[in-house]
Amino acid sequence: MDTTLSQTVGTTDHGHGPAKGLGRWFFTTNHKDIGTLYLWFSLLMFLTGGCMALMIRAELFQPGLQLVRPEFFNQMTTMHGLIMVFGAVMPAFVGLANWMVPMMVGAPDMALPRMNNWSFWILPFAFSLMLSTLFMEGGGPNFGWTFYAPLSTTYAPPSVTFFIFAVHMMGVSSIMGAINIIATILNLRAPGMTMMKLPLFVWTWLITAFLLIAVMPVLAGVVTMMLMDIHFGTSFFNAAGGGDPVLFQHVFWFFGHPEVYIMILPAFGIVSEIIPTFARKRLFGYASMVYATSSIALLSFLVWAHHMFAVGMPLAGELFFMFATMLIAVPTGVKVFNWVATMYHGSMTFETPMLFALSFVVLFTIGGFSGLMLAIAPADFQYHDTYFVVAHFHYVLVPGAIFSIMAGAYYWLPKWTGHMYNESLGKAHFWLSFVGVNITFFPMHFLGLAGMPRRIPDYALQFADFNAVASTGAFIFGLSQLLFVYNIISCIRGGERATDQVWEGSHGLEWTLPSPVPYHTFSQPPVIK
Amino acid sequence: MSSAAYYVPNQSRWPILASISLFLMAVGAGNLINALSADVPVGAWGWLLAVGALLLLSILFAWFRNVINESMSGLYNEQMDRSYRWGMSWFIFSEVMFFAAFFGTLFYIRNLAVPWLGGEGEKGVSHMLWEGFQAQWPLMSTPDMQTFPGPQQVIDPWHLPLINTILLVSSSFTVTLAHKALKVGERSRIVLWLAITVLLGSGFLVFQAYEYLEAYHELGLTLHAGVYGATFFILTGFHGLHVTLGSLMLIIIWLRVLRGHFDADNHFGFEAVTWYWHFVDVVWVGLFLFVYIL
Repeated sequence: MDTTLSQTVGTTDHGHGPAKGLGRWFFTTNHKDIGTLYLWFSLLMFLTGGCMALMIRAELFQPGLQLVRPEFFNQMTTMHGLIMVFGAVMPAFVGLANWMVPMMVGAPDMALPRMNNWSFWILPFAFSLMLSTLFMEGGGPNFGWTFYAPLSTTYAPPSVTFFIFAVHMMGVSSIMGAINIIATILNLRAPGMTMMKLPLFVWTWLITAFLLIAVMPVLAGVVTMMLMDIHFGTSFFNAAGGGDPVLFQHVFWFFGHPEVYIMILPAFGIVSEIIPTFARKRLFGYASMVYATSSIALLSFLVWAHHMFAVGMPLAGELFFMFATMLIAVPTGVKVFNWVATMYHGSMTFETPMLFALSFVVLFTIGGFSGLMLAIAPADFQYHDTYFVVAHFHYVLVPGAIFSIMAGAYYWLPKWTGHMYNESLGKAHFWLSFVGVNITFFPMHFLGLAGMPRRIPDYALQFADFNAVASTGAFIFGLSQLLFVYNIISCIRGGERATDQVWEGSHGLEWTLPSPVPYHTFSQPPVIK
Repeated sequence: MSSAAYYVPNQSRWPILASISLFLMAVGAGNLINALSADVPVGAWGWLLAVGALLLLSILFAWFRNVINESMSGLYNEQMDRSYRWGMSWFIFSEVMFFAAFFGTLFYIRNLAVPWLGGEGEKGVSHMLWEGFQAQWPLMSTPDMQTFPGPQQVIDPWHLPLINTILLVSSSFTVTLAHKALKVGERSRIVLWLAITVLLGSGFLVFQAYEYLEAYHELGLTLHAGVYGATFFILTGFHGLHVTLGSLMLIIIWLRVLRGHFDADNHFGFEAVTWYWHFVDVVWVGLFLFVYIL
């Protein structure tokens, strides 16, 4: 972005810094505090969900039942998915938005600061409720993170009631968070910050927030219908009363497909910030990035049934959802092209954020291609519910969403803390993660194509070798995250002082502020020419 | 509207207390419902739910009082007003999507699932499940009449529902008249039109309650009566809850008008309630059409 600033006010007439003690974190209305809370919470959930993943991989290291009972295995796959989606990835992006969006648009804070605090503080309670189900009679949710009826209704453990209320609470939190982000972007931009000057991270979050407000209520609706079926005698998902279990899948995926873009669009935004900085070139095709992101968001409402090709839909439905899904490859291709074109003839350097961003481009694209394979309805009959699907969505979510979050964390940490992180440790973290992720998830493609079903604790002997490889990779990836945690903590506590611009090639309002950023910024809006 | 800078509030205790009360409500409601379903004594869980709900209500009261006081003391500028407008608009959009999920359910059940179950179309194989089942809408006889005995009768749209339509649609007009009166500053007329709006809304709720009683006691139209009852009650029930909430909001702004709040240029609290009320009204028109008439 080549905006010149006539005035960059970093200090504040607000006059006061953070409050003392724990009250600061409980009662805060400051977007930076709330961003920090979101980020720590998501890191905690990432490690929790990660431990569950390692339990799954440990059990699958060898065929046969070694470590856990099948009932517990099912609870682990379910909880791992729910925690990673709703507890790790989504709050991490909201945390980054809280920190960066006001600073990028020149706003004094989020538009509705008290509601912002509420959005965050619902989450720890919602997840306590959800995790507590693991200790209840009959165990926790065991029906997969997609909680298909009738597994989640007729055959569910009693703790499903608490799962439903936990989902309601997360939905309330997400909707309020999204409303806040939209109001901030639309209403609190500094004078001169027109829509087409917004940094791409802001743009992608604007569109993500729209998706959140559109689909979280649908999720609330579907869990409410589950609650009614379980406890109040209705028959929405029961054919004996004229309902249809397939209806559950339709409503769920009407939420679920936009949800997967909710977990990737902000990642696109982060990568679109990082690549120009380290390629020392402007982002190629800014406007086309905006339009591509918007088209992906609109298309996401028209493709939900590609998750259900094998459930038995009329031919017209199979065809429509197949072609609509393939259409998404076009705007996604535009984005990948633009990232590559940004790097073309750039003076690139490879600091940790750039390494994560680059591997995002490559590995997310692999996940995108396996998605295209899955979009072919007749082929999907073969892949459906196999490890191929597991490989696909882990490629877009781990080296996709999670890598972008890590890239963003390394990229902005110096701005937040005022210190540079340890670069060699960061690179070590990257390479171990990169190798670990590929060792974990690449063999799953082969397992899936060979027919290994997902969500099972035991498997046929011919799948043993690839499973052992995948489990080894998972432990490499999992343990190397300890380096990440260590690097963050030591960066907060000290290290080489960061300059205001931090990176040689960085542009934008946030880099004009001092490092570390003062508690209140842009109390008077800057003017952007 | 005086302040030049955007108002950023200091610390607030309300949000985290509100989160705690939501948590108490969820724990209370979850245990209560599970105990009821399992037919075991419910213990004090109902009380926990009630305590959580009361706590939430009092927190919201205190929170809104803060906001109102800040607004009355001129801390908010026009930009703040726009934030509230965006906030309310997107909140209503989220409500639209909530109802869209249930309307979508109704259309899917009615136009696809039930006909397929009755043997129509490409998915007609499901006919093998219940061979004698005839597709029809309203679904009077369900595939399994033992578990889900269908209703004997459904609600006649041209009696209570028609009256309710008239009540709600006219209440949308009366609330607009109140808004017009506010813009020219005629307080007695605002008070009158708002009171009429609240009465129309309450009348709607009374008739709705009466209709539910009739459905349960005379028509056999219950939550257990198969998918027609399920879609009927979830749509009208959530709409009724929204009318209740809307009426409470109307009563609150009515009280505020009596206290001399709002003026011709500064009354977004009032306007937000009218937006919400119109939204509830529009949903009802959809319900009247797709649930009752067609």
